[in-house]
Amino acid sequence: MAKYTLLIYGDSARWEALTAEEREAHDAAHAEFRAAAGDRILGGQELEPSPNATTLRGSTTSDGPFLETKEALGGFYMIEAADLDEVLALAKLLPEVRAEHSGVEIRPVVDHP
Amino acid sequence: MTAVSEALADAHRRDWAQVLATTAQVTRDLDLAEECTQDAYAQALSTWPRDGVPARPGAWLTRVARNRALDLVRREAALRRRLPLLVIPPAATPGDPWDDDRLRLIFTCCHPALSRDNQVALTARLVCGLSAAEVARAFLVSEPTMAARLTRAKRKIATARIPYAVPPPEALAERLEPVLEVVHLLFTTGHTAPVGPALLRTDLTAGAIHLARTLHLLMPAAAPVTALLALLLVNDARSAARTAPDGRLMLLPDQDRTLWNHTQIAEGVALLTDSLRRHPPSRFSVEAAIAAVHAESPSWERTDWDEIVRLYAVLARLTGNSPVVALNRAVALGFRDGPAAGLAALDLLTAEPALATYPYLAAARADFLRRLGRVDEADAGYEEALALTDNEVERQFLTSRLERRNSS
Repeated sequence: MAKYTLLIYGDSARWEALTAEEREAHDAAHAEFRAAAGDRILGGQELEPSPNATTLRGSTTSDGPFLETKEALGGFYMIEAADLDEVLALAKLLPEVRAEHSGVEIRPVVDHP
Repeated sequence: MTAVSEALADAHRRDWAQVLATTAQVTRDLDLAEECTQDAYAQALSTWPRDGVPARPGAWLTRVARNRALDLVRREAALRRRLPLLVIPPAATPGDPWDDDRLRLIFTCCHPALSRDNQVALTARLVCGLSAAEVARAFLVSEPTMAARLTRAKRKIATARIPYAVPPPEALAERLEPVLEVVHLLFTTGHTAPVGPALLRTDLTAGAIHLARTLHLLMPAAAPVTALLALLLVNDARSAARTAPDGRLMLLPDQDRTLWNHTQIAEGVALLTDSLRRHPPSRFSVEAAIAAVHAESPSWERTDWDEIVRLYAVLARLTGNSPVVALNRAVALGFRDGPAAGLAALDLLTAEPALATYPYLAAARADFLRRLGRVDEADAGYEEALALTDNEVERQFLTSRLERRNSS
C-alpha cells in the first residue's frame, strides 16, 4: 500500500457562490467519496479561502497564500491505496473533478522509512 | 546479412517486448528489466555465431534475461534499490489469455497519467526495443534529452505506482485510445521521417506494425485495433514505390503500382471490412478506407475522387474539423473538380494557425498554382515548403520542382 494526497484546486469565488442546493449536492458527493474510500482515507480537510492565509518567507510575514493564483488550494485528502489506478477510480467521485473551474491533483507521498 | 544476424534482427523485432515484459515480472523494476533484456541480446550476439541460433530464440533470450535478473535482484537488491517496486496486481482471472505480459507493458507505457511524449518514448524504447539514441533521432531531440525523458517517465511509473497491469474491461475503451494514438504516431514518424537522409524509418514502421499485430492478436474483438492495423498495413504496402531507385521522392500519381505489396493491401482491406461491419466508423477506420480507395485503384487517373472527398467529410466530422483533414480534403477536391477549386479550398486554410508551419499546405498550394500556370506564385510556395521541411528526400523533391522551371 502507498499513500497519496489529493489536492483539490479551484476558483474560491465559484465555491463561495454555490447556492444552498448546490452546496448540499457538493457535500453529498464528498460523502459518497468518503463512503467508497472507507478506511483508505487517512485524513483530509476543507480549507478556508486563500485570502485567510498567512505566508512566511524569510523574515517577512505576509497576508495571503504562497502563490496568488485564481485557482487556489481548497482542500485535501490523504488516502492509502495499492496503486494509482485505485486512486484515480476513487478521485473521479469528487465533485471538483466534474466542475469546470476546478480539478484534483494526485501526489504520491514520500515513504520515509 | 548472415543467417545469424538475420535471426538476431528477427528476434529483436519479434521478441523484445516479450523478453522485457517477462523480465519485469522478476525485477519489478523497468530500468533493471531493460538492462537485463539488453544484456541478453548482447549475449546472443556473442554466442549465437559460435553455438548456432537456438531452436526457440525468444525462449532462449527470455531465459538469459530472467537469469540475469534473478542474479541482480539477489545480489544488488539492497544496494541499488532507489525506487519503489513496480506494482503488479494479480490477474483478475488467472490463465486468461487476455492477461498477457506484453499487454501489461504496453498499457503501462501508455498510461494516461504519462504525457504523450513520455508514452511514445517509453513505447518505442521498452516495447519496440529501439535504442535511446534511435528514439531521440526519430523525435528530434538530443540523446541526453531523450535519456532524461525516459528516466523521468520510468521514475514516475515507480513512484506514482502506475500498476503493471491490463486495465479491467470497463476501463478498456478509455485506456485503449492512447495506446492506439501512440502506435499510430510511431508509424507516421517512421513513414515520413521528420528529419534525415531517408524518407522512411523502417525500424519505426516495422515496430509499429508488429505492435498493432500483437494488439490485434490479443484483442481480436477490439474493432479500433483492427482498424488501426488495417490502416498501417495499407499505407505501408506502398512503401517500395515511394522512392525511385535513385532515391528520388515519387508522389502517388507517379508511383509504379506494381511495386505495391498487394498481398498486404488485401490483408488490410479484409481487416477494414471486418472492423466496419462490427463497429461504427472511427478516425482510423475512415483513414484506412481512404488509403484503401487509393490502394485498390488500378491507376491514378481512375482514382475515385468522389468517394475520397466523401470520406474526408466523414473524417472531418470525426476529428472535430481537424485542419490537417481539411487540407487533405481540399487537395482531393482539387483532383476531383480541378486545380482552381482545390486552390480556393486551400486558400480558406492559410490563416489557420495549426497549419502555419505545416509544409504540405504550401506544397499543395504550389502544386495547384503550377497546374494553373501561375508559376511565380508556385515557386514562392515551393520555397516556403522547402523552408519548413527537414527530410532530405522531400527537400530534393521540392528543389527539383523549382529547378525544372528555372532550366526550362
